[in-house]
Amino acid sequence: MIARFVSLLFDGFAYGMLLFVLSVGLSVTLGMMNFVNLAHGSFAMVGGYLAITLMNRAGWPFLATLPVAFVAAAVFSVVLERVLYRRLYRATDLDQSLLTIGIVFMSIAIAAYVFGTNQQPVQLPDYLRGRIVLGDFSFGVYRLFLIVAALVITALMVLGLEFTRFGAQVRACVDNQRMARGLGLNVDFVFMMTFALGSGLAGLGGALAIEPMGLDPNFALKYLVYMLIVVAVGGLASIRGAFFTAGLLGVIDIFSKYYVPWIGGFILYLVMVGLLVWRPNGVFARR
Amino acid sequence: MTEIALSTSGLNKNFGSLVVAGDISISLPRGARYALIGPNGAGKTTLINLMTGMLAPDSGKIVLGNDDITAVPPDGRVKRGLVRTFQINTLFPNLSPLEAVTLAVCERRGEAGVWWKSLPSYKEAADEAYAVLSTLRLGDVCERPTKQLAYGQQRLLEIAIALASKPKVLLLDEPAAGVPKEESGELFAAVADIASDISVLFIEHDMEVVFRFASRIIVMVSGRILVEGTPDEISSNEKVREVYLGSGHG
Amino acid sequence: MNAQTTSAAFNPQEVLRAQVRWRALEIVFWVATLAPFVLTPNYLVLCSQIAIAALFALSLDLLVGYSGIVSLGHAVFFGVGAYSAGLIAKNGWGEPISGLILASVIAAAFGYFISFIMVRISHFALIMVTVGLCLLVGEIANNFHDITGGDDGLQGVKMWPIFGMYKFDIFGRTAYVYALIATFLSFLAVRRVVNSPFGLSLRGMRENQRRMPAIGAPMKKRLQVVYVISACFAGLAGALSAQTTQFVALDALSFQRSAEVLVMLILGGAGRLYGGLIGAAIFMVARDQLADMNPQYWYFWLGLLLVIVIIFLPNGILGGLAALIDRLRSRRS
Repeated sequence: MIARFVSLLFDGFAYGMLLFVLSVGLSVTLGMMNFVNLAHGSFAMVGGYLAITLMNRAGWPFLATLPVAFVAAAVFSVVLERVLYRRLYRATDLDQSLLTIGIVFMSIAIAAYVFGTNQQPVQLPDYLRGRIVLGDFSFGVYRLFLIVAALVITALMVLGLEFTRFGAQVRACVDNQRMARGLGLNVDFVFMMTFALGSGLAGLGGALAIEPMGLDPNFALKYLVYMLIVVAVGGLASIRGAFFTAGLLGVIDIFSKYYVPWIGGFILYLVMVGLLVWRPNGVFARR
Repeated sequence: MTEIALSTSGLNKNFGSLVVAGDISISLPRGARYALIGPNGAGKTTLINLMTGMLAPDSGKIVLGNDDITAVPPDGRVKRGLVRTFQINTLFPNLSPLEAVTLAVCERRGEAGVWWKSLPSYKEAADEAYAVLSTLRLGDVCERPTKQLAYGQQRLLEIAIALASKPKVLLLDEPAAGVPKEESGELFAAVADIASDISVLFIEHDMEVVFRFASRIIVMVSGRILVEGTPDEISSNEKVREVYLGSGHG
Repeated sequence: MNAQTTSAAFNPQEVLRAQVRWRALEIVFWVATLAPFVLTPNYLVLCSQIAIAALFALSLDLLVGYSGIVSLGHAVFFGVGAYSAGLIAKNGWGEPISGLILASVIAAAFGYFISFIMVRISHFALIMVTVGLCLLVGEIANNFHDITGGDDGLQGVKMWPIFGMYKFDIFGRTAYVYALIATFLSFLAVRRVVNSPFGLSLRGMRENQRRMPAIGAPMKKRLQVVYVISACFAGLAGALSAQTTQFVALDALSFQRSAEVLVMLILGGAGRLYGGLIGAAIFMVARDQLADMNPQYWYFWLGLLLVIVIIFLPNGILGGLAALIDRLRSRRS
């Protein structure tokens, strides 16, 4: 009983960590640029499909595809931003939502055309498969890997924000964009780099998600809701908020799938609506 | 025995350690023409936001006439006669002045919630709106969308919308902000024409205007009231001179 | 101060009246909706669907175009209306008109209850709650598949003849007459709402939310009313759909449905009453013509259309036309 509980907790947390990597970029850019980018899931797909292609067609090892996924998604996002997004920085929430929904639709169609509609088969390297057994408890190696990877990424982000000059610039732009501009910060550049980093993380998350979540063309829409929940409930531009919300979300999802599978997403949506009504700026938001 | 139209007592508001309103106590008698002056960032607009309910005070009381309105929401205060204009045009770009002022009139008359009758059937509201616009010389342009109006006309429209709510107390936040001196005459003629039983508190930077219209001046610095008095008293006040670096222009 | 004295007394009431008067083009439009009976009698089923989609888009326009609220979950009202109408008929009461009205009232009541939540949030949180609500109700419908039919859809919806005389025939004649009349009457009602003082206050909210409390407007109350009205007509559209197709599928509550109706509205132009109608017509006809296309390709073109419309025609087709007319007019003078 306890073993089952701990196992679920572990799986849930791992799943949450994956959601965190996928969503944290959206949280920061939405909070910083005030741009509703519903195509964030498409960036994840770019990373995922690229990783799959490298692995299955070019024989790359799994771990090597991860940095490429990150960079490819980052580059893709910057191109999109320069060509399309920047025209709508002053547009309404509605227009931004619709533009990015249009991009999601297109990316789903393209993925289906190129890769087909089935889930992509993936072969994880041997050292990431299997389970570690400690007495009564057993933990999946891959899930452990996810948790470690997410923690490392979090640490890098937090340290980067606190101790690097770029990090200080990001914090300034989040706090007070006008003032930052007035102080001579190249706000556009900071936006672009942050956007690239956040989208790169989504791409990385997409590659990491191939095995646990399954990669098919609908990925962008299917998991968009989860990503939006992490961002909305966690609070915009809040790494801490995204971390805890994603972790919580993962745990709730895994637990409800096991104990009350017939409820489906109901609990999740109910909790989200409830939390948003209670704290519209996000449960973990600062003010 | 002058009636007090609006008063605040001990109004406080802090953002962390920043004091934007420190123990503000003001009394505005009926028919007053008070000016609120002070350097940028003194908290003048914040005070108006506190008075109108757009910002909630940490402590203190606001009394309109005989009623304590500290807990009344912004739209309730307008209904009771406390109306303000905005320093930056806060207008309806795609509505015409006629529509905008008619809307304000309908709100005042409690008719704006009616969804089953057609707007043109409210002849009185439309006529009243047009009358207000005419007195501010906006009659000719009342059919064009607001965004097509000249800036000076938009500032006049700001006042027109406020007047349509038949205020007892009118708070004008830099009514001539951004209007070049040559064009501001009309605007101040309009301000001068405001009915004498309406109490007016206006924020202004131009000392000429202040001395022309105000019977009493309140000076705010860093969220607090520095001093209050007649124009003569203020212009000869040492502390005020210091604050304004002597010249008297904000 | 002298008020401006004009020679011919300016009549502000006339100005306002001119804005709400029926235009010739409008009459042409509504007469044209009768054309399918004569011109394309084989497409009446599609025409019913167009009328229903048009009404659905019109209901969304009240929120998006006139009040400035972003709703990505409008299908929830459509779905509530559809399932209500379907279940009413399935459980023995097949009278169409009363079923239609009852389903609309249920949708309106639902709109009333959730409006308490909706008026207290804005921006991103509001978008999220609209999405979440729609998904939530969708899950409920899915879970109670004993009642709703779940994935298979609600079947066995048997409608009685209208007024005891007009059966719903397979050619869709009755359905189209029924849907068209319902849509037209609803349009008249929405038109009245939009041209009322309430409608003006909605536009005020859309134009400048900040100014509204400053003129004494109780915004929350007003928004609640618009949610009820919007939900009522979206529910009516859903009920029409259930009654005319005698079937309700889970996708009536889907995110795709919410996104599509938003696309229809933006395509035609929000805030112009006819934008949703025209956008719906174009969208539905295009989809019908491209029906043979693989659904993936449909989503590609849909996505591309969205991107192009948002970038180049942000006010939709009607907005673009209006701007064009303005430019021609100013060039002439």
